[in-house]
Amino acid sequence: MPRTEQMIAQGLTLVDAINEALYQEMERDSRVVCLGEDVGLNGGVFRVTEGLQKVFGPERVIDTPLSESGIMGTAIGLAMAGMRPIPEIQFEGFLGPAYDQLVNHAARYRTRSRGAVTVPMVVRVPVGGGIHAPELHSDSPEAIYAHTPGLKVLMPATPYDAKGLLLSAIRDPDPVVFFEPKRVYRSYREEVPEGDYTIPIGQAKVLAEGTDLTLVTWGASVHQCNDALDTLPEDVSVELIDLRTIAPLDVETIVQSVEKTGRCVIVHEAPKTAGFGAEIATTIQEYCFLHLKAPVQRVAGFDTVMPYYKLEQQYLPDAAKVSEAVMQCLAY
Amino acid sequence: MPIKTAYQAKVEYLQIMDEHGVVDEKLAKDAMSDQDILELYQYMGKCRVLDETAFKLQRSKRMGTYPQNKGQEACAIGAGFSLKQGVDYLVPCYRENAALWMHGLPMHYIFLHWMGDERGNQIPKGVCQLPLCIPIGTQMLHATGIAWAFKMRKEARVAMTFFGDGATSEGDFHEAMNFASAFQVPCIFFCQNNQWAISVPREQQMNSATVAQKALAYDMPCIQVDGNDLLAVHKAAKDFVERARAGGGPAFIEAVTYRLADHTTADDARRYRDPQEVEAWVNKDPMIRLRKYLTAKGLWNDAKQAALDEAAKQNATEVVRAAEGIEKPAVTDIFDYTYAEMPRELEIQRRTMRTSSLGQRPEQAGLNAPGVAANHE
Repeated sequence: MPRTEQMIAQGLTLVDAINEALYQEMERDSRVVCLGEDVGLNGGVFRVTEGLQKVFGPERVIDTPLSESGIMGTAIGLAMAGMRPIPEIQFEGFLGPAYDQLVNHAARYRTRSRGAVTVPMVVRVPVGGGIHAPELHSDSPEAIYAHTPGLKVLMPATPYDAKGLLLSAIRDPDPVVFFEPKRVYRSYREEVPEGDYTIPIGQAKVLAEGTDLTLVTWGASVHQCNDALDTLPEDVSVELIDLRTIAPLDVETIVQSVEKTGRCVIVHEAPKTAGFGAEIATTIQEYCFLHLKAPVQRVAGFDTVMPYYKLEQQYLPDAAKVSEAVMQCLAY
Repeated sequence: MPIKTAYQAKVEYLQIMDEHGVVDEKLAKDAMSDQDILELYQYMGKCRVLDETAFKLQRSKRMGTYPQNKGQEACAIGAGFSLKQGVDYLVPCYRENAALWMHGLPMHYIFLHWMGDERGNQIPKGVCQLPLCIPIGTQMLHATGIAWAFKMRKEARVAMTFFGDGATSEGDFHEAMNFASAFQVPCIFFCQNNQWAISVPREQQMNSATVAQKALAYDMPCIQVDGNDLLAVHKAAKDFVERARAGGGPAFIEAVTYRLADHTTADDARRYRDPQEVEAWVNKDPMIRLRKYLTAKGLWNDAKQAALDEAAKQNATEVVRAAEGIEKPAVTDIFDYTYAEMPRELEIQRRTMRTSSLGQRPEQAGLNAPGVAANHE
């Protein structure tokens, strides 16, 4: 939607940036439609689609039945028939009922049909904990989808990246799962270009350059890692990498950094075992074995069910846990 | 307060030609012409022979598992004949080969599919259909979405999706029906109720008197037809397709038919089916009644049948030759259609044909220096 005075003066939140990308792309491309539970009149439960239905009408910003597999499956059909659907699954926990359609169909149709039938769509999904939500509203399932050939998996951490990555995702010829870290939705504002710009899928961003240790993370954890950097001794030089794209993984950026630093800590909210950090650690030992000065460390969620919110802060990686892991890895 | 009726509905059953080839003259007036019946009977014969040929190929290890269509051809052909080729969209399960061929799918593609070759799913441009759908009941949502796109773009096109009685137990079936109804999209739901979902009979699959009545929950017009009666299937399909094309919304057809063969070549229905039940349905075969009808009309005789059998055999030989004559796919095909643009790690695996990493640095795999996107076309 057009920018408000607050946005002009103070910048955009993550919600604002995603909303602006949707608005601009719907204006540019009549094939783009948004569909999902409460995305229309109500503007989505997080207000990400706020105002879009008023501008583009109920036929392009569609309130669907409460039916995740229905949303995913019909979006696949729309995409096959030449539209550019953007289904929203209200919370990551509700990807469960849509899993079959996403993984067994959206992800596989290009291969199954040897390129004859394709599914260009962006599945928008709020993700992660830290917002005092009920059960199944706080999980981090990105590794499941990164383990699905045929899907691309994004998780921007900043308003700037969110807008540029979402525009890339909508224009991508393949299905993209676009995870939006809820904890960041309104946590801060930043300057975002008003015009059209894209950020390539599959490119990580080096947020801070450093020489002693590489910190790899994505999503809301980027901000915890940033906070951790402020708590470290001044003579410690950490390189902070925000993946932005989980799949396809930007191996080059990670490998180049770890070859330089010889040490790496990976941070994610999802449970540790078989989390995406495991893939990164393996990749590092495959490519950087002789450069390593310490075992690659993971700071992750526990291998438990995500607790209800009274204990969620104890579950989630925070700046203190990250700092501790960094110092231990440096001392190894 | 007296109790009022909140909702009332009925399900009609349509049969135009009975199993002896006798038609209801009043209903037949509105049905297809004798010329069409003659042509479609011959086409059905061709499809039947292809089906038997596929079965034999499997038995001689020249094809993988194959699900026979035998006995259900009136469903596929009657429904398919109601659609406009290149305009309307078919979203199949895997027991309506005849409809797919009728709408432009090269015949050997189905054979390729069951020979374990994805090129059988590579629907040619201009052919409006999805490939065969192996999991049960997932495709109705895709059909609904496709029909929805037609409605959004104000195109006078219809999508038709096929599935069996078992599929109507799946959640996706109900989600598709609800979406199609809520958004009034031009989608026809065609249920081939062949009485068996592998070994589970329809009566055990559901406690509903008809499958068609499931549409009533979504306020969708529905009908139950004799699925072995080409004329009834076509009449029902044509009426609903025209209605949908004119903006009337979705509809549901339950075609009562029978799976004469095993579920697939990997199945043995003798383990769970009464042979007398099968025998009774053999006599209701859609081809038998059409032949009787055409013979009575003086449009068919033994000489014509012999010529048809010969032509169908000839056709099957050519189809098998096309399916078996194609070169084995390049092994790189397993990589090349995962994404439109090949991710770098996948490109490395493709070039080295392994996933172990030593010796797999990009430069060792013959790729550009780091940072340059790998592009495969």
